[in-house]
Amino acid sequence: MGQVGDSGMVATLKRVVPGIVRLRHHLGRLIIHAILLAGAAWALFPFVWMVSSSLKGYAEASAAQTFLPTRWLFSNYINAWNAVEYFPRYFGNTIFIAAATVLGVLITSTLAAYAFARMEFPGREALFILLLATMMIPFEVTLIPNFILISNLKWVDNYAALIIPWVASAFSIFLLRQFFRSIPQDLYDAAVIDGCSNFRFLATIVVPLSRPALITSALFTFLSSWNSLMWPILVTNRPEMRPIQVGMAAFIGEAGTQIQLLLAAVTISVIPVILIYLVLQRWFIEGIATAGIRG
Amino acid sequence: MMDSTSRVQAIQPRPAVQTRVGSRRRFQWSAYLYILPAFIVIGTFHIIPVFYAIYISLNKGPINKWKFVGLENYIHAFSGAEFWSSLGTTLTYSLLTMPFTIMLGLLFAYLLYQGVRGRGVYRVIFFLPYVVSTVGSAIVWAWVFDPQSGLANFVLKRIGIEPLRWLIEPTGVGELIAERFGWTIPAWAHGPSLALIAISIFAIWQAMGYDVVIFLAGLTNIPGELYEAARMDGANGVQLFRHITIPMLAPTTFFVIVISVIYSLQSFNHIFAMNHAATQSLGGPLGSTSTLTVYMFDQLYTYSNYGYASAIAIILSLIILALTLFNFRVLGRRVQY
Repeated sequence: MGQVGDSGMVATLKRVVPGIVRLRHHLGRLIIHAILLAGAAWALFPFVWMVSSSLKGYAEASAAQTFLPTRWLFSNYINAWNAVEYFPRYFGNTIFIAAATVLGVLITSTLAAYAFARMEFPGREALFILLLATMMIPFEVTLIPNFILISNLKWVDNYAALIIPWVASAFSIFLLRQFFRSIPQDLYDAAVIDGCSNFRFLATIVVPLSRPALITSALFTFLSSWNSLMWPILVTNRPEMRPIQVGMAAFIGEAGTQIQLLLAAVTISVIPVILIYLVLQRWFIEGIATAGIRG
Repeated sequence: MMDSTSRVQAIQPRPAVQTRVGSRRRFQWSAYLYILPAFIVIGTFHIIPVFYAIYISLNKGPINKWKFVGLENYIHAFSGAEFWSSLGTTLTYSLLTMPFTIMLGLLFAYLLYQGVRGRGVYRVIFFLPYVVSTVGSAIVWAWVFDPQSGLANFVLKRIGIEPLRWLIEPTGVGELIAERFGWTIPAWAHGPSLALIAISIFAIWQAMGYDVVIFLAGLTNIPGELYEAARMDGANGVQLFRHITIPMLAPTTFFVIVISVIYSLQSFNHIFAMNHAATQSLGGPLGSTSTLTVYMFDQLYTYSNYGYASAIAIILSLIILALTLFNFRVLGRRVQY
């Protein structure tokens, strides 16, 4: 490299180097995409495998030799639906429980969050800290006393047991309070001068402005209600009161070895959640991101 | 504790309540009406029960016919082998899942952060397993690990490895490997059961997307000027990652660790659903996947030992509390940059 001043060499380098840089760039992109595709395949393969197997015959499904069904048996879905005695009922239960819980959480959290964000009252800080502290309590600790309370109230096999304990959420209050606080004080001052009451300000200005936070907390509540398992197992005995999670778990025994029917039933049970997720995915992901970072 | 919190407060205009001209500090008593519904529910089902749980844990007997026994339930727990093995399984399970979930989450988030095409689509796909119910996906995974007709053994057969028993295998992985090569190894090297590993793979699969989303949000919050400035000074990719990404991401990483510790110590749904789908047992083969929550649920649901189950729940929550405080004291101090 002694004669760097050689003009021919410099010219060549000038031509080649950007090419190498670009090549390296493309190669880097290629590797990134390869890793990401592998990750996506890893995330998706159980679903693909589930759907393809749910369409196979029993012999083909349990042999696990083919990827796609040789004969597409859509009738498996009808058979699965009929095989689970209470399938429509499980579905209805879960949707009703989740909807009632979400509605309850939104009402109680909006009111409480507004008080903590905008109003002055004695003990505000202490009560808020108490609320945050309840988020630290593991679910297992309150499980047994709550189960005893529900038994004493004779709420076993009653929708109340599946809904009432969950219609308030410290997490949602926290999330909404953070959001409400970011609404400019000027807006409030102007409304007060115009003679607007707190409740009207909340209902007509704060709530419409807080749609993202409300949707996020609704989605979190929906997900945890839809996915809850230990609590519904404890407080339901009669099959017609079961939500879908418990119903599916029970169906494992009932389906016996008919794996293709079991998988068809699972597919039916996950479709609503996947559809809701795909439609509202922006809110799910951004909600998790902001709620998560706020800690 | 989190810098983002203080940042949020710094951006917001200070509440004008104290400075408003001529206004005394006036209380709005109606506020209590606003918080009342939430506090009735949270008080009844989430605050009072904590004290009741402590009380129950000092008792024995059927519901409403308690007999006070002092610390007997706790002594029973600490002197029994089942409690310690469940605690061991819980910690092993946490160690098997947490590091992998976090590292994979960071890896994929960092790659997505490079501004690749289709970032939104990848994000949706990675997060999908987190949304789908645990029971549903556990049924699919239990079948993937089925010894006779599962996909996992099918793949193993293709690459010339003998099929494994996965979810019904209580033997430790260390022992399995040693057996295959004809070695003899000491008991401490037997390792976690293959069944627990299979459940961990499922748990990692499900939780990874959550970490991807959180890390991606954390990465997006790092100001781009930092990278530009460093690049102008001639820093390369590794240096950028080492000296900007890692330290700037520390609060996010801290948050993910705290959440993961709490989450993995409480893990119940994964283990319950997988074992139920595979063998319809609660604790898996020879109880080798029985974590503290599974053990507690067994005592409660199968044996109606309310006092003892409450004692286990309280011990578990004290462990979670201790680890969370430890995280805040030790890790939390390092995230201030």
